[in-house]
Amino acid sequence: MEKERAYKLRIWRQKDSHSKGKFVTYTINKISTGSSFLEMLDILNEDLLKKGEDPIHFDHDCREGICGACSLYINGRAHGPEKETTACQLHMRHFKDGATITVEPWRARPFPIIKDLVVDRSAFDRILQAGGFISVNTGGTPDANEIPIPKYIAEKAFDAAACIGCGACVAACKNASAMLFVGAKITQLSLLPQGQVERRERAAKMLEQMDKEGFGSCTNTGACSAECPKGIDLAVIATLNREYLTAKFKSEEV
Amino acid sequence: MGSNATAIWRAHKRGALFANPCFTQIHPTCIPVHGDQQSKLTLMSESLRNDGRVWVPKTKELAGKIRKGEIKANDLREEERDYYLERIYPSFGNLVPRDVASRNAKHVCDEGRGVGETGLAVFLDFRDAIQRDGEDTIRSRYGNLFQMYEKITADNPYKVPMMIYPAIHYTMGGLWVDYNLMTTIPGLYAAGEANFSDHGSNRLGASALMQGLADGYFVLPYTIGDYLAHLGFENVTNELPEFKLAESEVRERISKLINTKGDRTVDEFHKALGKILWEYCGMSRNEEGLKKAKQEIRDLREEYWRRVKVIGTNEELNMTLEKALRVADFFELGELMVDDALYRRESCGGHFREESQTPEGEAKRDDENFSYVSAWEYQGGDSAEVLNKESLVFENVKLTQRSYK
Repeated sequence: MEKERAYKLRIWRQKDSHSKGKFVTYTINKISTGSSFLEMLDILNEDLLKKGEDPIHFDHDCREGICGACSLYINGRAHGPEKETTACQLHMRHFKDGATITVEPWRARPFPIIKDLVVDRSAFDRILQAGGFISVNTGGTPDANEIPIPKYIAEKAFDAAACIGCGACVAACKNASAMLFVGAKITQLSLLPQGQVERRERAAKMLEQMDKEGFGSCTNTGACSAECPKGIDLAVIATLNREYLTAKFKSEEV
Repeated sequence: MGSNATAIWRAHKRGALFANPCFTQIHPTCIPVHGDQQSKLTLMSESLRNDGRVWVPKTKELAGKIRKGEIKANDLREEERDYYLERIYPSFGNLVPRDVASRNAKHVCDEGRGVGETGLAVFLDFRDAIQRDGEDTIRSRYGNLFQMYEKITADNPYKVPMMIYPAIHYTMGGLWVDYNLMTTIPGLYAAGEANFSDHGSNRLGASALMQGLADGYFVLPYTIGDYLAHLGFENVTNELPEFKLAESEVRERISKLINTKGDRTVDEFHKALGKILWEYCGMSRNEEGLKKAKQEIRDLREEYWRRVKVIGTNEELNMTLEKALRVADFFELGELMVDDALYRRESCGGHFREESQTPEGEAKRDDENFSYVSAWEYQGGDSAEVLNKESLVFENVKLTQRSYK
């Protein structure tokens, strides 16, 4: 394949949360096919800076697919066209020379746009604060290995823990539902011994916060799981529903 | 950019001693640089060295042919391959510590036997492990890592050897803390890799996780609670003179950067600074190089404050300003690293001084003169920092020369 390519980029620009945004088209040349998508945006930003223009703001951190910061909707797909790949892991060899690439932020009411491609995902933090944790006495050495756990449970919890909280599921969902995210956290925490103490309240509290934030309802479309860069299984939503119903049945409240 | 010392550097400038800045870890198994446009070097997990075999071609001619694509790695017969770690260190082989593996990779590449387009890469080969254990076993162990490698390089590690090269990783230094994890600023605690405490001069695998857990789970619950119990909990408001002074200093710094209106971008300066440190304060250091680095950093820093270009205002989300403030810190930290490296005239852990090595080229410590932690104290402005030495006294352990042969 050729070493360098040129692209036409249609990028969403928005000054701040009160302003109206719009698409602006840029051309960029001499992009190495080995570069990542974010590195390409860095180069575009350097060009803009040299011309005295405000660079395109976007979230990023680890740049290797594990932190959940990057949040780009590329050509109508959360994190772009590749399966189980975050935007920062997406490499330019997947885009043809001369292609037009459309880049947008996550579009969901609970994720207001702060600037350009940066959205406010603190709604996820508030859902976690509502119940996505375990309480534990720290300080001493816990007897972690004394409680036997079947390997398939450990694996199921671990697979659910792979969720990086990026919000692609919300962006991909036509209703902006956060059920995959909440389901992943519930599955991760409620299956293991340490999560049992708060198990009964966890699902209800997290779902209550999720509704308060304005996330939509789940209609079993499955776009979330299909687009999830970590491949979180749609079944976590079933686990979440089961946890919620069980909690309602077994609740101490009358 | 997100987690690169700015927080602890600013605490340092307000009175927290900074310990052991010269000990920087170079991780041996990173995906090699593909070009100037790169923003980071992706780490391949160290666990790969459990099964992979590190090698380069035996001769420069063969390496040259591989670099040009005239022959492929898999075409080389066993006698044409140099499994150099296994050859030099028979007992530890591919499992030598990170600094040893990194330095050896650098040596063979400096000799002209490196592979990859740039010549700055060595092979990490799973052919023998796959033959011995079967592809399925290797997949269950390293599947996600191999997938990550393929995403980035488009090479399939099940069929061709991986290419790796050393790259900058964590640092062992950080804020000086006592055994309760409190810095020299009363009430300021530093836990995990932000402090200097657990790693001495070198780090092993999974250390960041270990230190985060050790400090956060086991130590702080005892120590920070005790400190809080002695506090009065008086109300502290933004009206205090100390706060107002600190706020005005920050605003002045921001305003200086915004108003410079120069002609070079922050990233350009950041890359230039990085190159100086990688070249002179990287895997291998010497007095002449370090002195040169110190001057180059000073010159570049002076140029930065004259010519940096920051777009936008302070009152909006401004990533250029944020980067500019961080890079301003990096200049200062970089200079302290070089100073610390100059001062420590021995080779210890992640700090290798060419002037202090054994006849075989291994690191040679000088325990008589350098058995201490270097805790640097900020003096303000451009004044030289003051070195405080915390003696390291070993009562039950006998200090010896490291050997992995």
